Amino acid sequence: MLKSQTGMEDGFLSSVGAEDSKMLEPPTKITALVVDDDTINQMIHHRLLDNLGIRNQVVRNGKEAIDVHCSGKNFDLILMDMEMPVMNGIEATRKLRAMGIQSMIAGVSTNTRERENFMEAGLDDYQEKPLTTSKLVSILHKVHKDG
Amino acid sequence: MDRNHLKRQVDFMKRSFLDQGYLDEQFIQLEELQDDDNPNFVEEIVTLFFNDSARLLQNIEQALVSGPIDFPSLDNYMHQFKGSSSSIGAKRVKNECTRFKEYCTAGNAEGCLRTFVQVKQEHAILKTKLETYFQLAKQAGPSGTSGGQIR
Repeated sequence: MLKSQTGMEDGFLSSVGAEDSKMLEPPTKITALVVDDDTINQMIHHRLLDNLGIRNQVVRNGKEAIDVHCSGKNFDLILMDMEMPVMNGIEATRKLRAMGIQSMIAGVSTNTRERENFMEAGLDDYQEKPLTTSKLVSILHKVHKDG
Repeated sequence: MDRNHLKRQVDFMKRSFLDQGYLDEQFIQLEELQDDDNPNFVEEIVTLFFNDSARLLQNIEQALVSGPIDFPSLDNYMHQFKGSSSSIGAKRVKNECTRFKEYCTAGNAEGCLRTFVQVKQEHAILKTKLETYFQLAKQAGPSGTSGGQIR
């Protein structure tokens, strides 16, 4: 269970650590973008975020992630898969950073060989798949601290 | 009375899947995401997995039997399949995928063929077990409605 360091994030973190995390009302309305080509992972990540009360959108590859930002949308958190068709996570991360996007980008992958390249592209965090609530919470902890 | 008995049966079944290594902690994680608004979440994910994986397995089979083996392409398919298996907690299936990938990397066609038989077997076994599990869970659950069936 998560304990907040300063006591300031108490509302969010303690409710995230609570048994019923569905009735969440985070002090800041965190939004997220799921970027993954695999339908199963899309569903799981979407549900994980929903469960934590985080409004989120799902796109299928790096190019769609770029497009959604070009349409004017912005997100607090981006969960970026690495291996995707059309545009992979490394390229998408680089492009987003080049566009000036400062959102928290967490790489979510199983490809450990490319981890360093992925990080260097501009990730703030990296988690091995499959994502779990506790991995997501550790990512969110960083979002809240920086946000 | 009867429902409690069924619930116990469901729990026992799940425990045995975990103990025997058919499923791992990831399956439990998925169950924890189920709630009143999403009562069939796990079954939906699992159904999706078996539908998707049937296709992938067909592609792999094709790649194995038609002409000279394209190991990188095979490895790619298997990587996808392994990823999905991992996402639903299909432990034994995932382990067979790992073995397959090792043979792939080594360019060992015979090893790939042998292991692929194992992959398909574990996949089929798990499908049957989970079909039974969800059927039982529905009978035991608060709403006995029939959701999507694993085809």
